[in-house]
Amino acid sequence: MKNIEFRTATSAQGGLVVMGGVPGVAAGSRVQLRDHAGRIRSGLVIRASDDAVLVEVFEGTDELDLERTWVRFLDEPFKLPLSRDIMGRVFNGSGLPRDGRPPIISADRRDINGEPLNPAARAYPREFIQTGISAIDGMNSLTRGQKLPIFSGGGLPHNRVAAQIVRQAKLLGEEAAEFVVVFAAFGASHADARFFQESFEESGVLNKVVMFLNLADEPVIERLLTPRAALTAAEYLAFDLDHHVLVVMTDMTAYAEALREVAVLRGDVPARKGYPGYLYSDLAELYERAGRIKNRRGSITMIPVLSMPSDDITHPIPDLTGYITEGQIVLGRELANQGVYPPVTVLPSLSRLMKDGVGKNFTREDHPHVASQLFASYAKALEVRGLAAIIGAEELSDADRRTLQFADAFERRFIGQGEDEDRSVHETLNLAWDLLSMLPPESLIRVSEDELAKYHKGTA
Amino acid sequence: MGKILEINGPLVKLELPQTVIGEQVRVGRLGLVGEVIGRDGDTALAQLYEDTAGLRPGEVAEGLGWPLSVELGPGLLGAIFDGVQRPLQAVWEQSGDRIARGVAVPALPRDTRWHFVPDPARQAGSALIGGDVLGSVQETASIRHRILTPPLLKGELLELAPEGDYTVEEAIGRVKLADGRIEKLQLFHRWPVRTPRPFRQRDHAVAPLITGQRILDTFYPLLKGGKAAIPGPFGAGKTMLQQQIARWCNAEIVIYVGCGERGNELTDVLESMPLLTDPHTGRPLMERTLLVANTSNMPVVAREASIYVGITIAEYFRDQGYDVVMVADSTSRWAEALREVAGRLGQMPVEEGYPAYLGSRLAAFYERAGRVETCAGDHGSVTLIGAVSPPGGDFSEPVTSHTKEIIQTFWALSKELADARHYPAVDWLESFSGYVGSAAKWWAQHVDPNWERDRAEALDLLAASEELQRIVNLVGVEALSSEQRWTLEAAGLIKEGLLQQAATDEVDSFASPEKQYALLAALLEIYRHGQKLVKLGAPARRLIQMPLLAQARRWKSQHSSDDLAALQAKIAAIPDAFEPLLQEYALAPSTTREATP
Repeated sequence: MKNIEFRTATSAQGGLVVMGGVPGVAAGSRVQLRDHAGRIRSGLVIRASDDAVLVEVFEGTDELDLERTWVRFLDEPFKLPLSRDIMGRVFNGSGLPRDGRPPIISADRRDINGEPLNPAARAYPREFIQTGISAIDGMNSLTRGQKLPIFSGGGLPHNRVAAQIVRQAKLLGEEAAEFVVVFAAFGASHADARFFQESFEESGVLNKVVMFLNLADEPVIERLLTPRAALTAAEYLAFDLDHHVLVVMTDMTAYAEALREVAVLRGDVPARKGYPGYLYSDLAELYERAGRIKNRRGSITMIPVLSMPSDDITHPIPDLTGYITEGQIVLGRELANQGVYPPVTVLPSLSRLMKDGVGKNFTREDHPHVASQLFASYAKALEVRGLAAIIGAEELSDADRRTLQFADAFERRFIGQGEDEDRSVHETLNLAWDLLSMLPPESLIRVSEDELAKYHKGTA
Repeated sequence: MGKILEINGPLVKLELPQTVIGEQVRVGRLGLVGEVIGRDGDTALAQLYEDTAGLRPGEVAEGLGWPLSVELGPGLLGAIFDGVQRPLQAVWEQSGDRIARGVAVPALPRDTRWHFVPDPARQAGSALIGGDVLGSVQETASIRHRILTPPLLKGELLELAPEGDYTVEEAIGRVKLADGRIEKLQLFHRWPVRTPRPFRQRDHAVAPLITGQRILDTFYPLLKGGKAAIPGPFGAGKTMLQQQIARWCNAEIVIYVGCGERGNELTDVLESMPLLTDPHTGRPLMERTLLVANTSNMPVVAREASIYVGITIAEYFRDQGYDVVMVADSTSRWAEALREVAGRLGQMPVEEGYPAYLGSRLAAFYERAGRVETCAGDHGSVTLIGAVSPPGGDFSEPVTSHTKEIIQTFWALSKELADARHYPAVDWLESFSGYVGSAAKWWAQHVDPNWERDRAEALDLLAASEELQRIVNLVGVEALSSEQRWTLEAAGLIKEGLLQQAATDEVDSFASPEKQYALLAALLEIYRHGQKLVKLGAPARRLIQMPLLAQARRWKSQHSSDDLAALQAKIAAIPDAFEPLLQEYALAPSTTREATP
């Protein structure tokens, strides 16, 4: 079947081609189309019966002449060839090289859809990853095997934050960054792609990075393959070659929009905002490929970046993402406008796995309480700030004024830091105590009395 | 034997005459399993529980002759199943880290021998009906598994095996049915998941389910056999709260259904459960727990089935006379699975793409909860707690609003509380419980007659403080009278000293009803003392500065439920703390004091 070319296309519309009379085609099989100009396009069988086969064409159906289109069914799903040589390489969304170097030749070719990990085989993420960013390490810690997205908005420095995490991420007690990075960009601008490439180059990690790029002006349907190809490579690096892999994917919004575009073409019933009902399952198929496996050394830690359409966290994409990922780092426009970098809005940010990755044996015994206290004190301080905006700062009590000073210092000194500033978690915690010491000890009820005695610098 | 006609995502059109809707089918060379959901002449439409990639038109398909059923017998407890009751541990051993398609492993281990003790009352010749207890197997140290006859059986017992070790498939008896056929009895039987198991009649629910979580037990109680929902946007601590309930509640069996949720979260449950001990028996918690796990990346059709698998197993333990709690996390994912399949079938969507039958399916599912008199004359209950994940935290969306009409206890989680790290982030204004009256009887009888009054007073205080907080937000705290400021402070005391509860804190994680009431009464006592002083003219400022208030906020994590004497001692000392102020203000006329700054 692989070698037979069929010329039975009966209709074509918006990226979909219907083939008539090709019996026994496997669902999900890969397809090669040759058009009248001899150009090869690839596609996927999304619906199969003996009478009609529906093919999704990645490059689209523009300029396709049905009578002069020859189609071959490759009889296998989309597969990615894998070997050690993928390190340092740049591929497109379907896994073909885009760095001008030869394609990867390997007998080891894997279905990019992967297979679901058995929950019984998973190992729980526990090791603390130090990102060197206080707002993350101190209050929303990342652990190895976690998926922690960055929720951002247009014009916010999410790419810079992601690049800083890639440069600085390390495990405590281990020397250099031993992560390898799989970087996938879909629907990204050329400028963004170049920014990441240069950032990896400057920090000298380029040979530890595998890139999968589908840029904004490239086929939309290929965007659906890009993260799958990248994650297949990540799984290979993590669970075959024992690497700790950090996967950065940007921008998930572009991915979901591509999914919607294809769903509309297929005629799927839309659910919210025109996105198909299976958006959740589809995103989960990607996100859930992060993790650790029992008895395996490697791990996949995932940092998807997504821009929230009009900064709306309740939009289906961030909303469904938040239900799958283990927390989120939210960047805020208000802080960014005040010149705070990284503009992490800590209150809606959360790391669900933090509780098991910090504290005694991991970072420092006071870490969980300090984080909780920072959240509480800052939340309180924001209330006071809201009040001050209404009644004027002059009307505030002394205690409230101290609280306001705390909030300002917290934003400037704790959240704010340099793009090249790599703070150890101990520095972060000490800094936290410096700030908490601005507040009277009796107002700090989330930390224990012993911790107050040991770390609080003020006098009662 | 039939064949595949068309493949469209998880839906497969088959040429399969004489099949029945709901029948299980095995399809293709991989042997993928699914169920028939529609028929048209000789063609049948089936949804498969596994990914259909690689299937081809023309491959074989066969009907298996039974609907989606679960195996019920010894070996359930402590296990973890997928959405169609495949044992994931055994699947792991057989097919490796990833779930290969077409893996077929029986739900109950076939080679384990269980020590069966027959019920001496069952003699050859006696009449048998469905649900009768034949004997029992000590499945785990804490749970005695009663061996039941299949629900619809009716006949005469011919023989029952003597005490001894049997596998689940070996015959432990024979029964002569009404039509004369002779059937063997085994330690297990099958039951279709979409049909509720029969019982004699429904009972009134009487006892509250004690979860050890103060905001739940004290403020919004749930009864054994009741229905509750936990709606909350992501990050509001829904999963954490459910895990706390699964860990601490005083039910005998806990079934946790992870329906379309995170893999790592389930791993956390799997890794931490065996290390935890049951607070009521001191035995490992896993001995009374079983998990049904269909994580979000596992096939969507099996996700739809998973909650039915869970509830059927729950009913089975109920029929043995146990109090069972089933936690379904999350029913929204289940509804979405329903929507996904409905969408592929081209069914007309109503609200937000959900099919029109969403409400009736949800209601029918929740109706499987309840306290019943079993066929054997025993009493058992299924308490159903469903998490809801409303998109964007919007409680008016279809799943939340339908659920709200069905359930009796509503534990609304709030994003604002979670953002301020007030956990559990149960919103005391949005939540409700229709069981307060029944629960009050129990609390009055077992803990303190004043429970209902004190609970209401605390809630009033919280509601009043919400009003005051609005004023403060507008004009500042200085605008309030001393009395109002004290109300605000006391509400804060209740929030921090009672409602907030740290799941990760060893002492605070669980509070017995006695401890819950002691704290409630103590904080209210502080409030009343203060109120008296304010009436006498003491400024709220002085009361707020009392060290007692900061101390009282820590009591919850200083004294465990076993150490109530020390807590009671502190509570007894409350009047002393107010004594100096009382001396000062009780002596002077209030008006002059009020004037001095």
